[in-house]
Amino acid sequence: MHGGAGTVWTGLPPGLLRMRRLLLVVWLGLLALGTGLLLGLLAGPAWALFALLPLASMLWGWVLLGRNWRSWRYTERADDLLISRGVLWREETVVPYGRMQLVEVTSGPVARHFGLASVQLHTAAAATDATIPGLDPAEAERLRDRLTELGEARSAGL
Amino acid sequence: MSAPEAEGGIPEGQEVAERRLHPVTPLRRAWAPVALIAGWAAHDPDQAQEQLTRLTTVTLLAGLAVLLPAAALYGFLSWWFTHYAVTETELRIRTGLFFRRTAHIRLDRLQAVDINRPLLARVAGVAKLRLDAIGTDKKDELAYLSEDEARALRAELLARAAGFAPRTAREVGEAPVRQLLHVPPGMLAVSLLLIGSTWGSLLSALAVPTLLWFGTHSVWSVLATGLPLAGGAATRTAGRFVRAYDWTVGESPDGLRIDHGLLDRAHETVPPGRVQTLRIVEPLLWRRRGWVRVELDVAGSSNPVLVPVAPRAAAELVIARVLPGVTVPTSLSRPPRRAGWCLPLWWRGHGLAVTDSVFAAGRGLLRRRLALVPHAKVQSVRLTQGPWERFRKVADVNVDTGANRTVRARLRDAEEAAALLMAQADRSRTGRRDALPDRWMVP
Repeated sequence: MHGGAGTVWTGLPPGLLRMRRLLLVVWLGLLALGTGLLLGLLAGPAWALFALLPLASMLWGWVLLGRNWRSWRYTERADDLLISRGVLWREETVVPYGRMQLVEVTSGPVARHFGLASVQLHTAAAATDATIPGLDPAEAERLRDRLTELGEARSAGL
Repeated sequence: MSAPEAEGGIPEGQEVAERRLHPVTPLRRAWAPVALIAGWAAHDPDQAQEQLTRLTTVTLLAGLAVLLPAAALYGFLSWWFTHYAVTETELRIRTGLFFRRTAHIRLDRLQAVDINRPLLARVAGVAKLRLDAIGTDKKDELAYLSEDEARALRAELLARAAGFAPRTAREVGEAPVRQLLHVPPGMLAVSLLLIGSTWGSLLSALAVPTLLWFGTHSVWSVLATGLPLAGGAATRTAGRFVRAYDWTVGESPDGLRIDHGLLDRAHETVPPGRVQTLRIVEPLLWRRRGWVRVELDVAGSSNPVLVPVAPRAAAELVIARVLPGVTVPTSLSRPPRRAGWCLPLWWRGHGLAVTDSVFAAGRGLLRRRLALVPHAKVQSVRLTQGPWERFRKVADVNVDTGANRTVRARLRDAEEAAALLMAQADRSRTGRRDALPDRWMVP
């Protein structure tokens, strides 16, 4: 939105949304099942309607995750990395390449199963919150290498 | 600052000479067991008394006969196994009797050097030396060195960090200091009396125990709440005065010198180009007198005060020396009027000014604070916008610095904030080019 004309934004891969939605469905589904069974058996079938609450939040979460996923995007500009995210609480982060101290690529077991890896940039300021969650591992590594290379070329300390 | 002929310089290829701390150091460590017992006695007075009455002279003597040599041995060994060495690029500290610890601190990453002389250490003629770099903590303090040694070591460290050739670093000696500002004791006392928190802590130290006495009539509970409160009040009033007594800010080629303290003396040196953020604080009651306090942030350093109190003009002179080429912006641009919906009344206190050299954000209606960040020190820029702010078309711009401080310009017009985000990122990149190198004496 603020990258100026001709900015090419990159979004997050659909795999991340799939993973998040699957996790949401699994956890809230289990919760709904547990609530329904427990209340239905112990307190009576009418109480089992409380299982609708997790189901409703599942629906809501399904939509929210989609919106949140769509809001994430980043672009590599000539001298800095720009990350934009958030729906209600919007946040845009600009990190000049020269300020990067460390680029980290991480991926947990679930993320690995879905073929995802996240990239995190660290500067000397702890408040710098520049994380790109859930990228394709090849893209994550490309980004890491490119950021490291650009960071070295423009290196500056504190 | 000529480079005299090195006659005793370090020959090439020689092992780095390791040095030990001052022999008085074991005494400091010997206090540990005594302090432990005193702490236990204070924590649990009833049981301590019971145990004391059971002690006979013999057991007491026997206990002392075991405890004292053990403490002395511990102190001696920990001193014996602590070494430090200055190499061409690093300060190395090797310590630990059972758990070995070696710290190598790169001198070009040095952010500040502090020499502290607590009261007892002053009597003994020794001092603590501490290097501030990112990641160093209390363990990396060299305590104790003799005063002359501490001063010589500081000069050597600074000379090496500045980039003088290793041979000459030792001979460069102390850089001359030019005094910039001295805070007279009278002004300091008045300024402390004009701060609300001073009166608040004094009042609470008086009122809470009194109320408690009328409520409970229990001496113990009054003492238990009254003593910490009184202690807090004392540190907030007399403690502050004693700490900031004889506050002197000086300038030398090594950087900024801050000396202060009545009983415990502290001498800090901040090399050029290390200041990440400056804050000008103006408490409400100081405004009529035109006084301000200046605080600074240096990465890895703990002392935040640059000038405890000074007339604004004098403080601005100091700021001009600390951040060369920076003039403190006099007028800030206020957020748009509609920002009042997001932050009623207080929106007027916020303001922003961006000059060629600094990003300046002010806030506060009663107690005004103005934070200055040199463009070269900006690590990242963030724009944040909550739902309500988006509705009113305003946004906040956050500037992150290396001292883990974020300066926020709140409630800017959304369009302006978006432009500011990009412009600030550009400025922080180009600002770096004109900044001093880490080794500030190297052209």
